[in-house]
Amino acid sequence: MLKTFKKGGVHPSHNKLTAQKPIEQLPLPKTATFINTQHIGAPSKILVKRGDEIKVGQLIAESGGFVSANIHSSVSGKVAKIDSVIDSGGYRKDAVLINVEGDVWEESIDRSSTLITETSLDKTEIIKKINKAGIVGMGGATFPTHVKLSPPPGMKADLVIINGVECEPYLTSDHRLMLEKGEELMVGITLLIKALGTERAIIGIENNKPDAIEHLKALSKKYKNIEVCPLKVKYPQGSEKHLIKAITGREVPSGGLPIAVGTVVNNVATAISVYEAVMKNKPLIERVVTVTGKHLAQPSNFYVRLGTPVSTLIEAAGGLPENTAKVISGGPMMGRSMVNLGVPVTKGMSGILVFDDAEGHRKPVKSCIRCGRCIVACPMGLEPHLLMTLSEKQMWEKAEEEKIMNCIECGSCSFTCPSNRPLLDYIRLGKSTFGAIIRNRK
Amino acid sequence: MNKLLTISPSPHLYQGDSVRKIMYSVIFALLPALVWSFIVFGMPAVILTLTSVASCLVVEWAIQKYMLKTTPSINDGSAVITGILLAMNMPAGLPVWMIVIGALVAIGVGKMSFGGLGQNPFNPALVGRVFLLISYPVQMTTWPNITNSGVDSVTEATPLALIKEGVNSGQTVPQIMENIPAYRELLLGNFSGSLGEVSAALLILGLLYMLIKKVVTWHIPVTTLATMFVFAAILWKANPEQFADPLFHILTGGAMLGAIFMATDYSSSPMSKSGQIVYSIGIGVITICIRTWGAYPEGISFAILIMNAFTPLINNYMKPKRFGEK
Repeated sequence: MLKTFKKGGVHPSHNKLTAQKPIEQLPLPKTATFINTQHIGAPSKILVKRGDEIKVGQLIAESGGFVSANIHSSVSGKVAKIDSVIDSGGYRKDAVLINVEGDVWEESIDRSSTLITETSLDKTEIIKKINKAGIVGMGGATFPTHVKLSPPPGMKADLVIINGVECEPYLTSDHRLMLEKGEELMVGITLLIKALGTERAIIGIENNKPDAIEHLKALSKKYKNIEVCPLKVKYPQGSEKHLIKAITGREVPSGGLPIAVGTVVNNVATAISVYEAVMKNKPLIERVVTVTGKHLAQPSNFYVRLGTPVSTLIEAAGGLPENTAKVISGGPMMGRSMVNLGVPVTKGMSGILVFDDAEGHRKPVKSCIRCGRCIVACPMGLEPHLLMTLSEKQMWEKAEEEKIMNCIECGSCSFTCPSNRPLLDYIRLGKSTFGAIIRNRK
Repeated sequence: MNKLLTISPSPHLYQGDSVRKIMYSVIFALLPALVWSFIVFGMPAVILTLTSVASCLVVEWAIQKYMLKTTPSINDGSAVITGILLAMNMPAGLPVWMIVIGALVAIGVGKMSFGGLGQNPFNPALVGRVFLLISYPVQMTTWPNITNSGVDSVTEATPLALIKEGVNSGQTVPQIMENIPAYRELLLGNFSGSLGEVSAALLILGLLYMLIKKVVTWHIPVTTLATMFVFAAILWKANPEQFADPLFHILTGGAMLGAIFMATDYSSSPMSKSGQIVYSIGIGVITICIRTWGAYPEGISFAILIMNAFTPLINNYMKPKRFGEK
């Protein structure tokens, strides 16, 4: 019996069109844009000004607090301007725009492909390097990694979980990384184990990636403290809380962090970036992005410099099809639909998904028939139909009693609703309104 | 690019199921038992069913169009289900004008007065049936004799009615049982009763189809029947002279039709699985109580309506287990 979490979850078709496509290096863009908020937490403080000469890997915006991250340039050239641009969520953010000239790297970065497995650095030095490199959770949540690795006093992790689930349909960037950078991943995991002082690490991978499971199982034989755990396919298993539940049976208390049950979860791409930061002095300036969609000419996995415009990636995948209706940053279940294609690739952008007219539009909303499917689908044990009604009626306090704030916004309820009701839209409204009520109380 | 992109919050992917697909699956699941009742009862059953379905559709359409002034949505299939279920709850010899009144009450009072699909607190078909049962008790309990083909002036009592009358007049259950068809006949549907009562086996076939299609889960039908079985078994063990055996109870009357197709109505049954279990246990217990000690030989329709009334309360107290909460 393969492991999975018990309550809730849905089974969207996988549509992993790019699972067998090796990662391709994308050429340098002409201009690159670095938004100062590519992570959860305080915006970074921009350090450069117009006209400055920049090298690849140079710090251009520094962390704006403990929960924040450094941002480095992924290109060399001249700062064209500091301006506000629209990010993938549709908000205006401050950004550094750089005109690319050549490809001059900081000397400290080791660009060779030699695998380094040994380090004399201790725990604090590893975390310091991770912090310096601006690493954040690359699965999409973009929580700064150094914060995860510094548990609050009195809390201790006994297990590192590596998230190779990639439960979002279409996305394959983590899958390809596991296959192509398995060695680096293993070293990255040993660094995470060292940083947290845990005994062992478990890599959770869904069963629809048998090649990745085989490959990593073979590699993990060299490491006594790393195990691979195949999981039954079920969305949203990539959610931290549900991955912990699936692998260990531990349940993160409501409102708590994984560290409350002694675990820290990191995505595979993050673990590889940790390797590069610690062993190669390379900050987080590149990532793998899956560019996909049933109507794209060549759906692909690209290795791209951060800051590259989304339009460049779509061109490389065969250009935008005629009947495109929606372009999504991330997967179809939790990704954000983008306003325009000038949006740059950021640290948390794991995929770009192109939908045509038929896929990109919602169907007309019908009345609730009280079938209870949303309750069955909710992995948090909530009653989405009730939360939607309470939000519609603006009964925020009552919605809070019904645990609206526990919602992880996975979208399983809206996905499963036969009446096409916008359940998650209203739950989000309720969450943000109640969140504001709490903040005003303080 | 000259075309604007669509912006919407996630998720961007949908399962693609619709209310219509669900409703037509239920209709499909009802067909085997319905067709069998046409074979058993002949033309009158066909006319009754068609009148019932047509009346339900017309009533819903007229109310939506002229009273609510909304776009009629009778093609979603829900009124067809109500129509079929209403007919399946009637004896085949019922005067046709009566079922028109039944449809008016079922859709008009039972469904539309509460706001239509998904809003009805009681199962509409049962509201219609109980209204007719109380208003026209004689016609509603006159069962055609099926030993002759088609409907005949000779009437035949249902097995449950035989038991009730027999016990009331001082006979013992084993004595009464001699006049009742064998269990194999009950299962296959060779006895008299309402249209939808006569074939337990085909109703179970419908249940299997709905389970495969994930239209319903096992919780309500299985728990209801299991509760009836267990409760009847306790009584039977205590006094086999006085009480019928459990298998008899679940094979006769509206037990199967009620547990599989009526109790599972989405809007009048609880939404959480734990709530559904409590609701079904309630139906099972009340049904056996009415059958054993009540004035009517059959009680599942009353039992379902009574538990329908408890549904909001059950929904309020039987919450699903919240992730991360104690």
